[in-house]
Amino acid sequence: MIRMGTLLLVPFGLVAILVLTLLVFGLPLGESVALLYDGAIGDKFGVHRTVVKSSPLILVALGLMLAWRAGMYNIGGEGQLITGAIAGATTFRLLPSMDGFAANLLILTFSAAGGAAFAGIAAFMYAKRGVNVVISTILLNFVALSLLSFVVRGPLQESSKSIPQSDTLPGTIMFLRFDSQSDLHAGVLFSITVSLILWLWLSYTPGGFRLRLVGSNPNAARAARIDATSVQVRSLLWSGALCGLAGGVEYVGVSGYLFDGFSPGWGFLAIPVALIGGLHPIGILGSGLYFGALVAGSKNLEAFGGGKASLIYAMQGIGVLAFVALHEWLRRNREKVSAG
Amino acid sequence: MIEVVGVLAAMLSLGTPLAIAAAGEAVLERTGVLNIGLEGMMLAGAFAGFVVCHSTGDPWMGIGAGIVVSTLLAILSSALVLAYAVDQVVVGTGINLLSLGATGSLFVSQFGTTGELVAVRTVPKFGGNWALNPIMLIGVAIVTFAWFSLARTRWGLAARACGESPEAAVAAGFSPLRVRFQAMLFAGATAGLAGAYLSLAQTNSFAENMTAGRGFVVIAAVTFGRWMPLGASFACLFIALAYGVQFLSKAKDLPIPYQLFDALPYILALVVLWGVGRGSAAPAKLGIPYRRSEG
Repeated sequence: MIRMGTLLLVPFGLVAILVLTLLVFGLPLGESVALLYDGAIGDKFGVHRTVVKSSPLILVALGLMLAWRAGMYNIGGEGQLITGAIAGATTFRLLPSMDGFAANLLILTFSAAGGAAFAGIAAFMYAKRGVNVVISTILLNFVALSLLSFVVRGPLQESSKSIPQSDTLPGTIMFLRFDSQSDLHAGVLFSITVSLILWLWLSYTPGGFRLRLVGSNPNAARAARIDATSVQVRSLLWSGALCGLAGGVEYVGVSGYLFDGFSPGWGFLAIPVALIGGLHPIGILGSGLYFGALVAGSKNLEAFGGGKASLIYAMQGIGVLAFVALHEWLRRNREKVSAG
Repeated sequence: MIEVVGVLAAMLSLGTPLAIAAAGEAVLERTGVLNIGLEGMMLAGAFAGFVVCHSTGDPWMGIGAGIVVSTLLAILSSALVLAYAVDQVVVGTGINLLSLGATGSLFVSQFGTTGELVAVRTVPKFGGNWALNPIMLIGVAIVTFAWFSLARTRWGLAARACGESPEAAVAAGFSPLRVRFQAMLFAGATAGLAGAYLSLAQTNSFAENMTAGRGFVVIAAVTFGRWMPLGASFACLFIALAYGVQFLSKAKDLPIPYQLFDALPYILALVVLWGVGRGSAAPAKLGIPYRRSEG
């Protein structure tokens, strides 16, 4: 999909965009970069923070990639992540006596199922009525945010009914922490495992081949008697499952409870992660770590009063536009060379 | 009675920006371009309008600035979507992120994080309880203009051909890329006006991400309105009812959770999309880049 030439230019481009954005928004360049560096990889805690922040970005981006590669533009990662976490918290509420590893596994399973079910609404609307997935998944994000706001004040609110959040999970259900002083939890292994599995599946299995064919050339897929709609619907469901899993991992890995700001926009931040990762599982690991580091490092930038999340959105927007423009420019140049 | 007037007035006030943006988006989609970046263009318009009105004190200068900035984003989109034939959803997503990030960062760096409302002068209002404003009339003119140019002019014929069969448009002596670019400029300008309306007529300030999905609701309304400017605008007024009811519900203490009202416009848009499906009214080449055949 992406040539080596583009791949090598991406890191340089991302650094250039970082510098450019800091300059445009009037932040002191040297100090900002030093602060970002300190916050992201300066010491052990920085590295841990980066890995923890990368985890939801990578999982959601992998989910989005799966759907996008089949031609289903799932923009609903945020909604699917949130409904996944809600499904996980509901599982805990319904089975409060469950404990330990089994409870952890059950919560994650239902989180994935919750995300898949929410994506299923868009998949169903697409399959039955041809409703554009871009629009339906975007609209569903807003529905999910309202749903979260409702459940933390209603059915899932903590027992004392005073704060808008759900009950906190007991430590025995939460993921193992590798270090008592940081958030680094065992759940981050999911992102690496899933990206390797998806890479192998997409590259070396008939199912993966069918998915890529449906996405890149629907006519050829139909000629090969592949039921394109069925492949697309399944890709969207699995996409939702991965986004839901990301929500579950955040729930049992980091916060342990639900609240309004449970997701600081992971589902939106993950879209450029998937795109700049070249819609490739391994590329997504790389871009997920980079943007995870930015999120981790930007904690320190707050000192300057620059809206930290906003700044990352801006860098991502420029990154996506520059990436696709560069990609197309290189493609045209190659064509010119081969034509001349 | 007062309440009926209240809801209808809210519908007009909240529906006007949606209808204005929808007129532009409908024309653009008929030429075959799906502008996912509409949300970001509206947000940029709202921010530019607010900033310029804040520094000049003139809401009309703000409206103009909103139109200019949003049109610049439309030109940037065109460079990628038309000249470079890059995927429209990807570019639109990039525009949205860029606008969300840039307006958010600039707003915080210029006006602080205190959350204190920075009020600016709004466009004049008249009509008592109805709280009408001149932009509503401009909106009617824009929707009429969009309908007329699409349905009754030679340009409209070419525009529709570009959405159905760009080759036919070329055969008739039109350049699909130029026609789509013209439609893009119109969509950008209307999105900017709609955005500036949010900060300078509907409210008197700016907030981060203040469009809150309105651009996407407009895209859904264009589908509901069968890609016709008039239909799309009426669809917007219909969805604006849901926003109006939302405001009303906050004033009263209803036994229904308020989050349901928050989600209502989006749920309504989804229901409407399900109701109309894709159907045969969709432009055949909607979302498909046109490449000039070389040689």
